[in-house]
Amino acid sequence: MAISKEEVIHIAKLADLNLSEDEIEKYTKDMQEILEFANRINNVDTSEMTETIAANEKSNVFRKDEVVKFENREVLLSNAPSQDEGMFRIPKVLN
Amino acid sequence: MQLYEYTVHELIEKLEKGETSSEEITKDYFKRIKEIDPKVKAYISTLEESALEKARKIDEKRKSGETLSKFAGIPIGIKDNMCIEGTKTTCSSKMLENFVAPYNATVIEKLNDEDVVYLGKLNMDEFAMGSSTERSAFFITHNPWDLDRVPGGSSGGSAAAVAADMAPWALGSDTGGSIRQPSSLCGVVGLKPTYGLVSRYGLVAFASSLDQIGPITKDVTDSAMLLNLIAGHDEKDSTSMDLEKKDYTKALVNDVKGMRIGIPKEYVGEGINEEVKNAILEVAKKYEELGAVVEDCSFDVGQYATSVYYIIADAEASSNLGRFDGIRYGYRSEKYDNLKDIYRNSRSEGFGPEVKRRIMVGTYVLSSGYYDAYYKKAQKVRTVIKDAYNKLFEKYDLLLTPTSPTTAFKIGEKTENPLEMYLADICTVPVNIGGLPGMSIPCALDSNGMPIGFQLIAKPFAEENIFRAAYTYEQNTNFRENKPSFKGGNS
Repeated sequence: MAISKEEVIHIAKLADLNLSEDEIEKYTKDMQEILEFANRINNVDTSEMTETIAANEKSNVFRKDEVVKFENREVLLSNAPSQDEGMFRIPKVLN
Repeated sequence: MQLYEYTVHELIEKLEKGETSSEEITKDYFKRIKEIDPKVKAYISTLEESALEKARKIDEKRKSGETLSKFAGIPIGIKDNMCIEGTKTTCSSKMLENFVAPYNATVIEKLNDEDVVYLGKLNMDEFAMGSSTERSAFFITHNPWDLDRVPGGSSGGSAAAVAADMAPWALGSDTGGSIRQPSSLCGVVGLKPTYGLVSRYGLVAFASSLDQIGPITKDVTDSAMLLNLIAGHDEKDSTSMDLEKKDYTKALVNDVKGMRIGIPKEYVGEGINEEVKNAILEVAKKYEELGAVVEDCSFDVGQYATSVYYIIADAEASSNLGRFDGIRYGYRSEKYDNLKDIYRNSRSEGFGPEVKRRIMVGTYVLSSGYYDAYYKKAQKVRTVIKDAYNKLFEKYDLLLTPTSPTTAFKIGEKTENPLEMYLADICTVPVNIGGLPGMSIPCALDSNGMPIGFQLIAKPFAEENIFRAAYTYEQNTNFRENKPSFKGGNS
């Protein structure tokens, strides 16, 4: 099974990454090798197996849906690349 | 002997006897860092001012007779993917170069309760993706035993700092071997606790079903003490287990009589360096001499663990790293006209090549048409691997393997071929897939003078078995008489 350049370009789009021509070239080769290596798992018979969906037995851990005030709002916002009056500034989305 | 040469339990004794102060210890460490770190480059940032201020405060409190934790005023280094409020947490990525943590990771809250002192943040592979710390976006960390070699990774800064006496102990994180492999390559003790024992809250997520925080220390006693401090349930991490609190130092018993240790033959065979293999067999012999029952066993399915790992870890990473979009925090590209441009350009300029490669593979295996063949299949093989471990642990208290198939390799040796780098983790990755605890303990030097580590693996939440056997080995051998030479570094 070979992965094509077109597929790499499609995956990059899904992952929100721009790749240069060189990167496309390189990642096509790398992904080919990595996926070939990954495909070794097909040698394992898993017909009787269920998937491991978590690393331990815990599931559906619930807590009360309560509002907790985060005291460090200023510091949170100060990490934003662009902000205005306590809001994140982004380019216009709607026309 | 200099203060920076002592283990933490020795420093505690000296503090209790009044032979030294926290300020003295802390100053000594910063002196050492200034002298050594230009060669090793373990620290991304140091916190000298706040550390000394805290140390002085603790000394005053101690003098005035206030009851303090015995760890009060003990310094520690932290891998730069854990949040300390008000300090930079970069993950060694351009993406988070200027990110200031707005809150503390739970492990940091726990350490704050003990009044420890933070020396600084330690270098790593970008977003913990790598096995050599060469993937840091900022600089490469060098192995203190040979500056031309890698310290391992991704917690290479943490392991190198402890090995070079630039921190008495440190925290690392381990997704596929990132605590144990660098500990092995740097000749220190590294523990990956059972998944769910230590809270991941405030640890920048890489692969959430595999990540775990753990101690990197000079000896086994310090490892047990640090695990005592960080283990425990946390409602902010829903995968952390609510178990009765244990005192792991109680497991530090110099006796392995009757302990059953299995050596999976696949990990002392093909693909393992001859010197490493021989060192592991020597360890096995030692355990037999000390009264343990050592047997050969088989863990055939382990050979598929690395394939499983690179599907599951990359899938989870591609999902976790989706949050970096240049809006709320992190790097934002200057080139954009619309929202989509911000996402794409910020991610493309902010992430390094290995991170992008993992996001690409992860996105691929989760994409429509491939999900069943890769992700779902890998999750099933994960079950097969867990079952195989369960069977082995019906028979054995511990498994013994090398931590790394080779000793530290040369800088630049494996950066061109990603797959070759991935194979550096073949001995450690299965443990994360199984969610088990594993520790690397230094045991010998190879013919180049580079450290070799062995790995002890136990069933989930049986860290005591590891501590007991590791402590016994340490008490009956003398690896710590070896010191890093800081040779090389001229090329």
